[in-house]
Amino acid sequence: MVSVKKVYLDNAATTPVDSRVLKAMLPYFENNFGNASSLHQFGLDARVAVDRAQKKIADFFACSKAEIYFTSGATESNNLAIWGLIQRLRLDQPGFQPHLIVSSIEHDAVLESVRALAARGLAEVSYVPVTARGVVKVEKLVAAVKANTVLVSVMYVNNEIGTIQPIEKIGATIAKLNRKRPQKIYFHTDATQALNYCDCRVSHLGVDLLSFSGHKIYGPKGIGGLYLKSGVVLEPLFFGGHQQNNIRPGTYNVSGIVGLATAIDLIGASNRQRENQRIEKLRDRLIATVQREISGVVLNGDLVKRSPNNANFVFRGVEGESLVLLLSERGIAVSTGSACSSGSLEPSHVLAALGLAPELAHGSLRVSLGRFNRQTDIDYFVTELTRAVKRLRKMSPL
Amino acid sequence: MYSEKVLDHFHHPRNQGKMKAADGIGQVGNPVCGDIMKIYIKVGQNADSVPIIEDIKFETLGCGAAIATSSMLTEMAKGKTIDEALKIGKLEIAQELGGLPEAKLHCSILAHDGLKAAVADYRQNKNKS
Ligand SMILES: Cc1ncc(COP(=O)(O)O)c(C=O)c1O
Ligand SMILES: [Zn+2]
Repeated sequence: MVSVKKVYLDNAATTPVDSRVLKAMLPYFENNFGNASSLHQFGLDARVAVDRAQKKIADFFACSKAEIYFTSGATESNNLAIWGLIQRLRLDQPGFQPHLIVSSIEHDAVLESVRALAARGLAEVSYVPVTARGVVKVEKLVAAVKANTVLVSVMYVNNEIGTIQPIEKIGATIAKLNRKRPQKIYFHTDATQALNYCDCRVSHLGVDLLSFSGHKIYGPKGIGGLYLKSGVVLEPLFFGGHQQNNIRPGTYNVSGIVGLATAIDLIGASNRQRENQRIEKLRDRLIATVQREISGVVLNGDLVKRSPNNANFVFRGVEGESLVLLLSERGIAVSTGSACSSGSLEPSHVLAALGLAPELAHGSLRVSLGRFNRQTDIDYFVTELTRAVKRLRKMSPL
Repeated sequence: MYSEKVLDHFHHPRNQGKMKAADGIGQVGNPVCGDIMKIYIKVGQNADSVPIIEDIKFETLGCGAAIATSSMLTEMAKGKTIDEALKIGKLEIAQELGGLPEAKLHCSILAHDGLKAAVADYRQNKNKS
């Protein structure tokens, strides 16, 4: 086989592990392998590593160490936040039927969690629509609030179209509402796609719970975390040893925790603002070149309130999965929201929420840049993309 | 996700393109996923004067499975009598490709329907003339 250039532009799906992260993790597999709950020196060494990691993460979110919980990733964090809170409130107030509000563009880890609660009759759920540009309107959210509303969950950055949601504004609005109502509304955000690019200081955002994940930030897969504001009580999802205040029992994943903390530390240390500008410049050039070279292109999502690494296109008269396959043959990794690629045969719920017709969603392509992309990657990508779109349009009956 | 044979047909589609002066043209769409397929046939006769599909071409706007099954169908139908070609089963095309993921089977049905539509068009044209 001819070796082709490899260009990874699917950083919203997952990122490579930064070599500095890997290096920090390695000692915790073979030499410092202790169980962080053991009393002996092996255990103490592991405990120290977990404590240090927790401190680094707490610094990033500007919260206290005790407010950081470790999970297996953002899926678990979202489930723990939503199910944990609802179950706790139901136990505390028997007979109480809680109401939740989520945006219609949440990740499935949130959407399926709330759907499962609703399906079991454990909560009522309202879905707040977004604008055609993919941003939640705070007024719409406020209008959905009821006397029994206990939780609002809105993601910080959307994983498909990269739009940044007005978390700070929602946080302030909920705080104001809470001053006047007997039933407190808790505010959760899924910040999985935001850590690399956005201010995540929790008091600044006004959130009570915040989910994050290692593998979107150049850390390992299978580790993530939940910020849980002190005083907020959750029912655990599962039961076992007494780690993490019984809220998330299970032996500490020490190497993963060290990797997660190192990855988070590197976001700050690597000078986020400069890195954001670098990525944004690459992304903007990519969009400009695509628009110049290819006709029939639509851009999805707000262009300003947007993560610097995301571009989401529609190529009219082209199907997204075919495009992904052709590009993959040329060593390029991107993704699509086409119905054909979904398994459920439904186009992406995010593109649908924008009001995008299914035949347009059919031709969607998500490009998500990252730390290791350079201009040469973008040049190669646009050349190959232009060729692939031309080829598919030539095959089309339209 | 796709078998090697599927990928081969996707990357190197057989009988792809338009046909001038086709005897029958069928265009079908899958309203669920949005795939669209157009099949062109040229009808001839075999030694027993039975109508056969002498030539067949396709144009497809669709996913990997839609393109690969279009291509596979044209190979399977070419040279067959019309009646034989119509007997190519919905799932047979996918089988011939070494199988398709469960969620993709609906895309393979499109090729079957496309050929049926092209034959119907051919028969209608013939009755008119
Ligand atoms: C916004 C968002 N939330 C949650 C997840 C799930 O994260 P994890 O893979 O860590 O469970 C992802 C990634 O797929 C995501 O993009
Ligand atoms: Zn399809």
